[in-house]
Amino acid sequence: MRFVFKTSYDQDIRLLKHGGQTFWYGLLVVALVAAPAVVSEYYLSQLTFIAIYALIGVGLMLLTGYTGQVSLGHAAFLAVGAYTEAVLQAHGVPFGLSLAAAGLLAGLAGIVIGLPALRLSGIYLVIATMAFGFIVQEVLTRWESVTRGSLGITLRPISLAGVRLVEEWQLYYLALAVLTLVLLGVLNLLRAPTGRAFVAIRDSEISAQSMGIGLARYKTASFALSAAITGLAGALYAHKLQFISPEQFGIILSVELAMMIFIGGIGSLHGAVFGAIFLIALPQLVAVAKDYLPAAIGHQTGLEPTVFGLILVLVIVFEPQGLYGRWLKVRHYLQTFPLYKADMFRRQRTFMKSERAR
Amino acid sequence: MRAMVQFLQLVVSGIAMGCVLGLIALGFTLIYKATETVNFAQGDLMMLGGFVALTAVALAGLPFWVGVVAAIAVMALFGAGLERLVLRPVLGQPAFAVVMVTIGVGFMMRGLASMVPGWGTETYTIRAPYSGEVLRLGGLALSAEQLAVILMTLVLCTALYLYFRFTRLGVAMQATSQNQLAAYYMGIPVARVNSLVWAISAGVAAFAGVLLAPITFVHVNMGLIGLKAFPAAVIGGFGSVPGAIAGGLVIGIVESLAGFYLPEGFKDVAAYVVVLLVLMVRPHGLFGGHSRKKV
Repeated sequence: MRFVFKTSYDQDIRLLKHGGQTFWYGLLVVALVAAPAVVSEYYLSQLTFIAIYALIGVGLMLLTGYTGQVSLGHAAFLAVGAYTEAVLQAHGVPFGLSLAAAGLLAGLAGIVIGLPALRLSGIYLVIATMAFGFIVQEVLTRWESVTRGSLGITLRPISLAGVRLVEEWQLYYLALAVLTLVLLGVLNLLRAPTGRAFVAIRDSEISAQSMGIGLARYKTASFALSAAITGLAGALYAHKLQFISPEQFGIILSVELAMMIFIGGIGSLHGAVFGAIFLIALPQLVAVAKDYLPAAIGHQTGLEPTVFGLILVLVIVFEPQGLYGRWLKVRHYLQTFPLYKADMFRRQRTFMKSERAR
Repeated sequence: MRAMVQFLQLVVSGIAMGCVLGLIALGFTLIYKATETVNFAQGDLMMLGGFVALTAVALAGLPFWVGVVAAIAVMALFGAGLERLVLRPVLGQPAFAVVMVTIGVGFMMRGLASMVPGWGTETYTIRAPYSGEVLRLGGLALSAEQLAVILMTLVLCTALYLYFRFTRLGVAMQATSQNQLAAYYMGIPVARVNSLVWAISAGVAAFAGVLLAPITFVHVNMGLIGLKAFPAAVIGGFGSVPGAIAGGLVIGIVESLAGFYLPEGFKDVAAYVVVLLVLMVRPHGLFGGHSRKKV
């Protein structure tokens, strides 16, 4: 068991609380930086995907996990980012500028959907974001002069400061760098008044309002930030896939993104990263498991969604805090080895909470 | 005159589609009213209902109407089981977590249905006894399938209305949906009533699936039409039963007209454009009650 003695106020807001964290996060950074030298090209590519999905996860977590606003239309923001990047690159705009534009445009789209969303809550918000997702997808399909419709756009490799990023490790480092910067930015935001306001809105809109938090301003800000981060991820996503078409950004992707943060653990940035790892690793695990299953089951295309759905249901029924919650419990069990109490993490259920009477 | 007939023709086919959407939306609404859960698996329940009917009619060779009853009965049992096994354990968790559970269940149902031997990922069609007949009325050509959909929706809605209005159990359900705690104090077995609501809702979904089967096809992804029933339920103001049918009709007619009079592409998003517009003007749908915030 570790006891942290607080001797200065700065310790309360420090990102790394104690030496142990410094050590382990340092080790993680070293491992991630060393990864291209160690793992094969294929796994490196999967790591890049994880970094990009984690970036989306951070964006969505900020909105759903920290502000409590649900979105089933995040694939649309991803699409806006990806298409901005693709179109700007085709017009010869340098990467730094087009990346910023991708984030900015997606953020603007976030404000557009955020404004009507101010009046909506619960299921109405879910439907509104879902409708927005469908509309964006249809616009991308029909606006052929810019997006080339369902033919899709093929992207060239990024050229950054005169260097063309053609190797896998270069894109990996780029994605990792963007993810790290965004993570640090969001961590910083969450310990600042804005982030605290987001959390207050999530916990109770009425009490947040009573404390003088302008709901309209902060909800819009949350939508815009979340969409902007997702837009950045979209630009990287486009380059990772090298080819984008409107079908990729459908409702299924939106649902998968929401599943990702729920399985990872709602309400924590670790959860976004864990969820991304899960989302990328699951198809690989299913592919491995196929060899051991009888052919009648193993060769079915429906296996993956079934497993995905099953895991989601099991996670929400048995571990509402997701993978991150499970990790916290395991860590706590080890730290307090013989003294672990199961009740420590018992959550109080709120049966009386009702959307209608809220 | 030609234009007028054309218009009416489109409206009638829109009403038929709207009835199916309305029935799915009715399923959402029943469950939402009773348990405040939004069931994203409603479309997939409809898909399973269609497949059960297909199994009974095409594979086991039973008469059509027996197949319909079998599908409704099997799905009602399935719905009650789903409530007991999956939904009841997550009671008391945040609303969106429960929504995610139903999404997961929908994924599973779609995946499993594609694995069942004899179902698979192919498309099938069920022939109803009335299939293929056309009724001519003035210049209008009304297909029997569409008329059957409209007629049977009317019958079902009347039956549901009478049930909720005049039977003990129906009134108990209304009480439960208004205030669970008070209903519990009055001696209503709330948990069992909720199971029953899921059963009815799954049965209605199966009925919608069977009605839809002769018009479109039975296949694993037919449940995705459920995503269009959401706008219908929202326009009706989630939680209002007549509203659900009205919303379905609005979406069906708008979609049918948009498909003909507007450029290509508008048909697919018409439902969503309409729902966004409605939500901007009335954040709780057309028929939705105004809710006050309490602390």
